[in-house]
Amino acid sequence: MIELSALPPSVQAALLVGVILVQAVVLYVGYGAVERIVTERFSSFTDA
Amino acid sequence: MDIFGLGLALIVLFVSFGFVVGVLFGFFGMGGSFLITPTLLILGYPASVAIGSGLAFYFGTSVIAVMKHYDVGQVDYRLGAILFVVLSIGIELGSRLVFGLEALGVANLVTGVAYVVLLAGIGALFLRRAANLDADHGEDGEAVSDEEIPPIARQIQSYTVPPMIGLTSGGRASLWTITGAGGSVGLISGLIGVGGGFIRMPVIYYLIGTPLTAAVGTSLFAGLFAGAYGTFTYGMGGGVDLTVVSLLLVGSALGARIGSAATTAVNEDEVIVYFGFMMLFASVGIALSELGSWLEVGTLDVVSVFLLVGSSFVVASLILYQFGQATRTQYASARQVAKSGE
Repeated sequence: MIELSALPPSVQAALLVGVILVQAVVLYVGYGAVERIVTERFSSFTDA
Repeated sequence: MDIFGLGLALIVLFVSFGFVVGVLFGFFGMGGSFLITPTLLILGYPASVAIGSGLAFYFGTSVIAVMKHYDVGQVDYRLGAILFVVLSIGIELGSRLVFGLEALGVANLVTGVAYVVLLAGIGALFLRRAANLDADHGEDGEAVSDEEIPPIARQIQSYTVPPMIGLTSGGRASLWTITGAGGSVGLISGLIGVGGGFIRMPVIYYLIGTPLTAAVGTSLFAGLFAGAYGTFTYGMGGGVDLTVVSLLLVGSALGARIGSAATTAVNEDEVIVYFGFMMLFASVGIALSELGSWLEVGTLDVVSVFLLVGSSFVVASLILYQFGQATRTQYASARQVAKSGE
């Protein structure tokens, strides 16, 4: 297993940027899917 | 119980505060990092960590904003690239200044005072806007075209100090104007940990002189890369708490969706005055925290957290309440129509 703290600071900082980027993308896509489901349910209630 | 080195209460606080910040800024269309850094300062984080984490949070919210608006607005890529370079230089200088101030033991004080002034200024601007809204009701105001360049920008563009850079809108701006304006915004971002969208966009519009649609897109484009650079430069010095940033983003990404959806049902003009007061309360909160540190009175720190976090919760709750009411009314009227049709 790679010990992160053993990596040079610039590599650690680049990984940090990458982790935040991936997290933001995952959150955007994940919450987007939840929003679609909730909106569809709400629309089916109001359209019924 | 500790998870990721944080107590459960702090985890709940960060996720819920992230949610509140997301609701507010999804609704008002701002990044919200300028509430994160002062909160971390009040909670006792060193200035470099509070600022670095604020910038990292801004970077995360920028990624989400770009994904949401990728097909909206024009981007002046050449201007965006130059701005990215000068913003990054400014952020680098600002971060070095913070680490230098930290070595002198005055970084928290300087950052705190900067925030007192910044939040009070934003609060006053919003209250002024709220007062003007009342005065403008009933008047036929002239609509400003999105393609129009403001007179002050045209005046600045008339000073042709070489080298001049061609803008996609057709105008030309001096590289010195772009460097001076962008570098100053970057310095402020690096010094106090704000994304700076609320100053960057007006700077591009009023000083460099691009149409409003291009200013929004270009600001977002340059801000995304500058946010990544800020995260990188503070990350190199150990100035980013990834756990805190992640927890804030989990709450904020959800809150921003709800806040953004609320804009269709809640009138911004009705809430803007509360937002102005919230900023003033936040400013007073930071001032009390600084006073508490100086006088060594711990109670003032508790009061300042209540003022900063509490006022944000109140305004976000108000937006959520009005959104809930509007949604319920919409649901009830849809049911009524369905019943009458049966």
